[in-house]
Amino acid sequence: MRAEAGVPGRLLALLLGLGLGLAFPAALEGQADSPVVVASKPFGESYLLGEIFAQQLEARGFQVERRLGLGATELTFQALRQGSVDVYPEYTGTGLLAILGEAPQGSPAQVFRRVATVFQERWGVGWLAPLGFENSYAVAVRRETAEALELRTLSDLARAGAELRGGFSPDFLGRADGLPGLARAYGMELAQTRSLLQAVKYEALASGDVDVIDGYSTDGFIVRYDLVVLEDDRGFFPPYQAAPLVGRAVMDHRPDVQAALGELAGRLDDELMRRLNRRLEVDGAPLAEVAREARNAMGLLGGAEGAFPSRAESTVAPTLRAYLWERRQTLVQQTLRHLLLVSVSLGSAILVALPLGLLLERARGGAEGVIRGVGVLQTLPSIALLAFMIPLLGIGVLPALVALFLYSLYPILRNTYSGVRDADPVAVEAARALGMTPGQLLTQVRLPLAAPVIMAGIRTAAVLNVGTATLAAFIGAGGLGDPIVSGLALADSRMILSGAIPAALLAVLVDGALALAERVVRPGGVQAEHGWDLME
Amino acid sequence: MTGMDQAAEHGLPETVPALEAGGVWKGYGSVRALEGVSLRVTPGECVALVGESGSGKTTLLRMFNRMVEPDRGIVRVLGRDALELDPVSLRRRTGYVQQEGGLLPHWDVLRNVCLVPTLLGQLGVRELAKAALDRVGLPPSEFGRRWPRELSGGQRQRVALARALAAEPDVILLDEPFGALDAITRGEMQEMFRELQRTLGFTSVLVTHDLREALRLADRVAVMKSGEVVRLASPEELLADPGVEYVAQLLARAGVDP
Repeated sequence: MRAEAGVPGRLLALLLGLGLGLAFPAALEGQADSPVVVASKPFGESYLLGEIFAQQLEARGFQVERRLGLGATELTFQALRQGSVDVYPEYTGTGLLAILGEAPQGSPAQVFRRVATVFQERWGVGWLAPLGFENSYAVAVRRETAEALELRTLSDLARAGAELRGGFSPDFLGRADGLPGLARAYGMELAQTRSLLQAVKYEALASGDVDVIDGYSTDGFIVRYDLVVLEDDRGFFPPYQAAPLVGRAVMDHRPDVQAALGELAGRLDDELMRRLNRRLEVDGAPLAEVAREARNAMGLLGGAEGAFPSRAESTVAPTLRAYLWERRQTLVQQTLRHLLLVSVSLGSAILVALPLGLLLERARGGAEGVIRGVGVLQTLPSIALLAFMIPLLGIGVLPALVALFLYSLYPILRNTYSGVRDADPVAVEAARALGMTPGQLLTQVRLPLAAPVIMAGIRTAAVLNVGTATLAAFIGAGGLGDPIVSGLALADSRMILSGAIPAALLAVLVDGALALAERVVRPGGVQAEHGWDLME
Repeated sequence: MTGMDQAAEHGLPETVPALEAGGVWKGYGSVRALEGVSLRVTPGECVALVGESGSGKTTLLRMFNRMVEPDRGIVRVLGRDALELDPVSLRRRTGYVQQEGGLLPHWDVLRNVCLVPTLLGQLGVRELAKAALDRVGLPPSEFGRRWPRELSGGQRQRVALARALAAEPDVILLDEPFGALDAITRGEMQEMFRELQRTLGFTSVLVTHDLREALRLADRVAVMKSGEVVRLASPEELLADPGVEYVAQLLARAGVDP
């Protein structure tokens, strides 16, 4: 391949191709007749309640969009307030302590009245009638720990605490009604505490890496790992009632949605909730199936569809390969969505960063400042960048695209700028001395010589982007992060792998495709490595 | 036959200088590169600028294609103030060769040599380029489609020279064109350059730190030191009378006895 064809022309064609991807996002979000957006927090019980809400709404003829496992309390409540979510299951105690920042007080009924009034006044969002069961934080240890140290209550734990290591969810570590308050109430001090995600917390306890964890009193994991829940003998954890928390739009304009969800009120008692959690978290039954069983047991299915399947009947966990095959259709959709997120955000980043890099090279005075400024974006943890997008743009595809776009700018900008700036200075000088105009120097000399460096920047951005896009699932943008996020919440490693493996393959494929593009763009006389002195 | 003799033969006793610097000063920050330098180069003449690094010889050279502009003083090209000429068209009409050749690595040899005729929009660009390659002893059929990295150092300098000659300029500026070559190749290149000068009759300014090269190739030698021309004379005059102590030292160091 000789260079006559015009390297900039080829580069331009490539960029245009990527840029065309920009036309897609409009088609991405089906503009259906305003579906009800149902979200949940990322742990098993919240998933299950969210799915029950969704099925109940569908059974009553509503269109539903699921954002299950959206994020922790702040994130999900933020999305509800902001209007990107219509309903998610919340606990009255969490509302009182974590969202309102008030001290625990009164009976469950009083707490409910308090949050219902204040939330309505302050944000126009509403608590529908509680579902029936009460949940609370629970502190658990391994059975042999309990026996060896004679632990039965939290007061016992306070006594033995100096020898024990704790592993708690980030939520629990940070909240006044979590560890800080607990430690104060019982005068408890552990040898060590660390922050652990749901997915690893129980495994860490079972394998002896930590000795004490937090959970929920209705957790299925407590059975699965044969744990002992320590009695809250000083009554520190207030009982929390679960209820649908609905956004302003539903409160103001959708009494029909309120009525459909209202049918769930009071039908889900402690016993049933524990049983359902066990089905989900211990038996590993599919979420949709457990939710159906729940609605059946709550008397909302019209009876005929049979009783709870016993544990013996439940499906044996299939092999990973069978599991992937079973989910192939979903996986293909998630992969396409992922690819779309990557190509649109990367394409726009190229369209912005490349011209900006060239511009900065012409005005070098401010260049380093601007590039460093963009570099600061890179130092933000990607999950934080995604979270910052929610107040601005809500949840879903758009904020994810913006975050991924911002994340992709730096490598492309940096490489474009330094590639063009450092392009073979002797050749550039000679071309200038022989009468090339600055424009000719840029298009005929600097840009072609910088093309390999620019492409390397684009490749770096692409591979980072494929990885970061898995986090987009946290703000409801879908893609291969969906099974990863759900799998982490449900401690289901097969589900995690069903997202992680395709994502890794995708990164390799995208990098390979761009490597080919790099060979097309690389000018003929310039070799990949130091090819200059072959003949010396 | 030198350029001066040619001028005399044509009966032009009072020729307009091809290149002229009058009382030129140039500083870079606190560093003074040129301190009131004056120099006239007559048409067809080859003047060598000799001196150590930092003597200002390259700065003076680059004044003549407006790659550098004077702080004070005047630079004239073919009788016209260089600052009044469009720098881009001035550069296209002035040949330029630098030490490492400066070939564009992503263009093959022929395209590199086509550069200036293409920029000037001349007719028969490829013919001009091929003729120039022939002149420097690189048959275009053999070398035209090679990449610069596939050439030896000497071949690359030949291509750079061909590129400077292709548009048939009146003036050629050379900045240490043979400085990076081994002794044998340098000798061959000097021989070829003298031949080209003789046949084409261009005006040239040659920057070199090699006094022997200057004595061999130039009609006149300007010895520079700390931004000034300390001695300007023909090789014969210089050998007969170094004039200043510094020139005598240079001659001694180069192993040339006065």
